[in-house]
Amino acid sequence: MNRRDFIKGATAAGVLAALPWRRASAQGGIPPGGTMASDVKRYLEAFGVTEQDIRAVMGVALSRSGDFCDLFFQSTVTNSVGLEDNVVNRAGCAAEMGVGIRVVKGDQTGYSYCEEISLQAMKAAAATAAAIADGPASPAVPEMAVQSLPSFYPAQTPWSEVGVDRKVPLLQRVNDRMRGADPRIIKATVSMVDQASRMLVARSDGRMAADDQPLARFTAACIAEHQGRREQNYFDVSARAGFELFTPALLDRVADEAVRSTLALFDAVKPDGGEMPVVLAAGSSGILLHEAIGHGMEADFNRKKISIFCDKVGKPVARKFVSIVDDGTVAANRGAINVDDEGNDTEKTWLVQDGILTGYLHDRISATHYRVKPTGSGRRQSFRFAPQPRMRNTYMLPGPHSRDEIIASVKKGLYAETFTNGQVLIGGGDFTFYVKSGFLIEDGKLTKPVKDINIIGNGPKVLEQITMVGDDLQFSEGGWTCGKNGQGVPVSMGLPTVLVSSATVGGSNG
Amino acid sequence: MEKQERMELTRWAVKQALDAGAGQAAAKTASVRSIDVEFRDGKLEKLQEATQSGLTLAVYLDQRFSAHSTSNLDRKFLAGFIKEAVAMTRYLGQDPFRTLPDPSLYAGRESLDLELVDPAGSQITMDQRLALAREIEAAARTADPRVISATAGVGDAAGASARVTSNGFEGETESTLFYAGAEVTVGDGAGGRPEDWDYATVRFRSQLPAGAGLGANAARMALAKIGQAKVESGLYDMVVDNRVGERLVSLLLGPMQARALQQKSSYLDGMIGKSIGSTLLTLTDDPFIPRGLASRLFDDEGISARPRVLVDQGVLREYFVDDYYGRKLGMAATTGSPSNLILAAGRQTGPALLAGVNRGIYVTSFLGGNSNPTTGDFSLGVSGMLIESGKLTRPVNEMNLSGNLREFWNRLSAVGNDPYLYSAWKIPTLLFTQADFSGA
Repeated sequence: MNRRDFIKGATAAGVLAALPWRRASAQGGIPPGGTMASDVKRYLEAFGVTEQDIRAVMGVALSRSGDFCDLFFQSTVTNSVGLEDNVVNRAGCAAEMGVGIRVVKGDQTGYSYCEEISLQAMKAAAATAAAIADGPASPAVPEMAVQSLPSFYPAQTPWSEVGVDRKVPLLQRVNDRMRGADPRIIKATVSMVDQASRMLVARSDGRMAADDQPLARFTAACIAEHQGRREQNYFDVSARAGFELFTPALLDRVADEAVRSTLALFDAVKPDGGEMPVVLAAGSSGILLHEAIGHGMEADFNRKKISIFCDKVGKPVARKFVSIVDDGTVAANRGAINVDDEGNDTEKTWLVQDGILTGYLHDRISATHYRVKPTGSGRRQSFRFAPQPRMRNTYMLPGPHSRDEIIASVKKGLYAETFTNGQVLIGGGDFTFYVKSGFLIEDGKLTKPVKDINIIGNGPKVLEQITMVGDDLQFSEGGWTCGKNGQGVPVSMGLPTVLVSSATVGGSNG
Repeated sequence: MEKQERMELTRWAVKQALDAGAGQAAAKTASVRSIDVEFRDGKLEKLQEATQSGLTLAVYLDQRFSAHSTSNLDRKFLAGFIKEAVAMTRYLGQDPFRTLPDPSLYAGRESLDLELVDPAGSQITMDQRLALAREIEAAARTADPRVISATAGVGDAAGASARVTSNGFEGETESTLFYAGAEVTVGDGAGGRPEDWDYATVRFRSQLPAGAGLGANAARMALAKIGQAKVESGLYDMVVDNRVGERLVSLLLGPMQARALQQKSSYLDGMIGKSIGSTLLTLTDDPFIPRGLASRLFDDEGISARPRVLVDQGVLREYFVDDYYGRKLGMAATTGSPSNLILAAGRQTGPALLAGVNRGIYVTSFLGGNSNPTTGDFSLGVSGMLIESGKLTRPVNEMNLSGNLREFWNRLSAVGNDPYLYSAWKIPTLLFTQADFSGA
């Protein structure tokens, strides 16, 4: 049940978990101006620890023959503010701080954390994590060396400097614009969430890295009523940026998109169900890659031989014009990271290159297992969780076809445009994604709108069935959260217009 | 943190908020100690042990409202945090419905022993956890040569909380939880690796089933999926396994919330006293089940819990009405969330329901999908087995179940006598006639 990984958008309905309380083409080079070695002292001071403390805690963590240990310090402040019934009538702040201590022995992990950062509490947590191993103490930890990092998301106006008084007018603006756009709009809600997360990771191999990770999301939703029928839809944008992100032009577009996408549903029809060609619109359709291949390429599933992709590396899995990457280096992207949560360098990792399955997404354990370099994919929800191989921003590179020729090639099929959530079975390869809105394609043209349909397919089969790829790559702007083994991390995705020659559409068969 | 210390800290937090200028305040302090172990390939894969703590605070000030949380329980930090929480509230808009619930809703709290704490729970040793995980993993791994990977998980948690409001509510909770089970992946000989699981979650350790059975069962269900394929689109009778029926029931809960009614996003708006499904659909909520996974004496707002009838033989009787949206709607508050939700059991066994189906699909898992609470439209991925002449003939996957909730629940034509044991919700095997499946 843990492996039933899913992704969801900002306001999508949740996915039930079985265990009630365990309850997912601007490529840049590395810009200058990231965290330098000299800055790390500032981070140590912020967490109230010294390098000496860290080495003392590592001594306890490795006292029982662990191969490796790391300490992950994190402080996160999340602010939210919401508008309903024309009033900004809710807001809040969540402040979390703590340190996670991990001890690794081969493929085995011992983990503990403490929410009080004192030498005594850290040593106690280290002793707990150390119990994964049972032998004599490991050799002494070397001197710490600080890793210089790139800077993919400098915040001009950091969230710590922005009071709620400056946010309230933004929500009002979007509300007023939605309410004024059309008399059929009867309800509107607006919300804004910002987060400032600071992390410092120190490893027993002597590497230390620190980063500040801003994240923001703005969501507008509305309900419209027309001739006794009601429809709802939403639009959201998210990025790693500061307050400067939410310009009047962006906010107006968010409002307009929420209204447009809601009103379009009044004309929507239910398609016939069954197998048919599906054209995926450029942008958020990257959810296809996330579910159909991304999770299956996370190396922990392959180390355990439970992924449907585990014997396919080096083999052709798609046509020559299909290339797929998972990229932590796209500036300001929701899935960007300057460094992963294990202190490994971030990068752009090839999953499929010219149709050939290239390699996995690794964290430290799997990279050691496969004797390869980590891919900067070791991520965690917070200091309360051990890292796992995770996606960042997963997208397909542009291909040889135009959007128009792709749509024109379909006699009868579906054009899928916006999505709320998806899920995959790692071993069987079955995956789904939920289409909030799209269009029928009839005789090569977009005709009637459609809504609320699930699409189901099989990962490797769908890759083979990608028969056209557009030249119009777009990244999703939405606030996607990927879930895996009970941990959520922010991700993004992208896709050019793509034709899947056959997938099963949940429609009407009556 | 000791019980008394927790209550004192919570009372102190409320007082700090009032001293900082709040008109009303509510605070809750909670902590949970949890230990989890995972076994794979005959050895320990992961061991995790930690205590999580937190304080949440709601501030009410001149019809303004904010809600805050922190993991830092240091009083010096909290004093500043609370002061800032109150200060930021002043910048928000006024909403006349923002107040704490009327204290009359706190009255009448039952003084039952819900048996949520296993007195022997704290005596479990690490060796016992490891032995159980080892047993489950071995049973799963050795069940069949086609098993590729088996992972057993065993864990337990002990939690406690204290909640205080400035208008007279005080309440404490304490509970334990134990779980054990396995996930198994098998090879189908053609590159596919079907998986399944079997987990049990209980309040008392003695309620856990035998470890070997959990492992063997997970393996058996994964093996049954070998050869799975979609079948042709069409209308099929549908039997829903008792383990997964809660996915369908959950689609009703969003539209039953007062918030959805007030925000005009519920297809059940205006349906009280009217039929929303077949006469076999009776949904009740019982917060007082001894050892229940969602049993409680009061809810998140402090409203005293009592058994409720939500749907009676297909007729909608009640919504989930929390205090805030109830006030906005002019409706009396009931509770904003379900506790132990029960779909009334029938008389037939699960196998008897299957045997009565001529051509159908036995759904054993749902995959993704979603629903639209405003219109009732839904579409869900499913897998399971094909039923032909009352027999399970072959495994089915990559199908979508679609429909509209307004008419879908009328298709409920039989309910089993076998509610699933290891969930807070008691949902038996369900039979629906002529459900709409998209496949090949």
